[in-house]
Amino acid sequence: MIEKDLVVVGGGPAGMAAAISAFEAGVEDILLLERDQYLGGILNQCIHTGFGIDYFKEVLTGPEYADRFVKKIRSISQIEISLRTFVVRLTRDKVLTYLKPGVMQEIKAKAIIMATGCREKTREMAHIAGTRPAGIFSAGLAQKLINIEGLLPGNEVVIVGSGDIGLIMARRFLLEGAKVKAVVEIQKKTRGLMRNVVQCIEDFDIPLYFSHKISKIYGKDRVEAVDVVKVDDNFNEIADSKFRIDCDTVLVSVGLIPENELIEMAGVLIDKKTNSPVSKEVNKTSIPGLFVCGNSFKVYDVVDSVSRDSVLAGRLAAEYIKSVCNGPKDSGRR
Amino acid sequence: MTKKLTCIECPVGCALSVDIENCKAISISGHKCPKGEKYAISEIENPLRILTSVVLCENLPLEVIPVRTDKAIPKAKIMEAMSEIKKIKISKPVAVGEVVVKNFLGLSVNLIATRDTAEISA
Repeated sequence: MIEKDLVVVGGGPAGMAAAISAFEAGVEDILLLERDQYLGGILNQCIHTGFGIDYFKEVLTGPEYADRFVKKIRSISQIEISLRTFVVRLTRDKVLTYLKPGVMQEIKAKAIIMATGCREKTREMAHIAGTRPAGIFSAGLAQKLINIEGLLPGNEVVIVGSGDIGLIMARRFLLEGAKVKAVVEIQKKTRGLMRNVVQCIEDFDIPLYFSHKISKIYGKDRVEAVDVVKVDDNFNEIADSKFRIDCDTVLVSVGLIPENELIEMAGVLIDKKTNSPVSKEVNKTSIPGLFVCGNSFKVYDVVDSVSRDSVLAGRLAAEYIKSVCNGPKDSGRR
Repeated sequence: MTKKLTCIECPVGCALSVDIENCKAISISGHKCPKGEKYAISEIENPLRILTSVVLCENLPLEVIPVRTDKAIPKAKIMEAMSEIKKIKISKPVAVGEVVVKNFLGLSVNLIATRDTAEISA
């Protein structure tokens, strides 16, 4: 078993900021694990602007924001980076097991920072009735298909949910030549930023229906149409308000779930409603020395907030390492 | 005449009120910072947007590379810009900020890469 002062799980904006912050606070034995083939996390597929306005005082795209941290972290030799590395087990004694091509490895860490981000809620979780044809995607998956794989997953799109991901993808599909027939939102107003309603919906005259929901999806092999219906204040369907929209693609953008199965495995107390750790103080969990930062701690609106949260987590981890068994292996650098 | 706008310069999205005369913005209110005032004038007289998309790659570790206009372009030119972007194919490695198309569409803006191909190992 290998021993490390600090292991950071996740090489997106949260994990990178936390690792860099821990180093700057005096930790010099850091291992960062990332499951993908590159660093950057979700930012790699967020090719639109709006990142860094607060943190860098610049208007950056997701990949550009990630790049700032990638360049910084690659210049710090005390942070070892392992890509294509997937953590499969975590214990309450802070022993974690990871898999990477050809390798299974156990590590005992003095401190661990989890920066595992979120996954998306699915069509089933949104209780959308109807058949189960091809052509139904979570908005983030559609974003990945277009912006990373270079594929256009559909031609006539209806989007469920007016959160930021849904709004951004409405524009994305339209710019790539697809028809965006509607964005359907069950609440009375958007859950996303107003700036996204302007630059994604109003700019392109995309129909946005508030207090509406998709009541049924039609299609045998591929999506063919959806029924849209108006809802009342209690979200019950209003009779006779139903209308049909022909489409071949349904995007579901109805919320994010923090990926905290590993800390749950370790016995950390989890709030079942949000899937976030129960915490009296930011970034801390019920296991001392086990920290969570970024979207897996709390779903933030902008990545700038993730960076600030993660810098704090890095400092807390450094503080914790100093306070337990002999402190960090450092060369006296302060 | 008075027009209501939402500023898009930052995530706050201030609700702006703009008095317009002869197609010119005469007075602006509702902004919490100077960027809002500038945005309102621009939005009334010459709406601009930064365009982001991806371009196809060949013989590179990525299928597509994300790109952006380094400055905002006229909103009215967006779909024409997309047609041009879809014709581009990159076959040499690029770095963040590297110019992919200089003086894109003759609009005095450059189309630049926003991701490093070097960062990705094949």
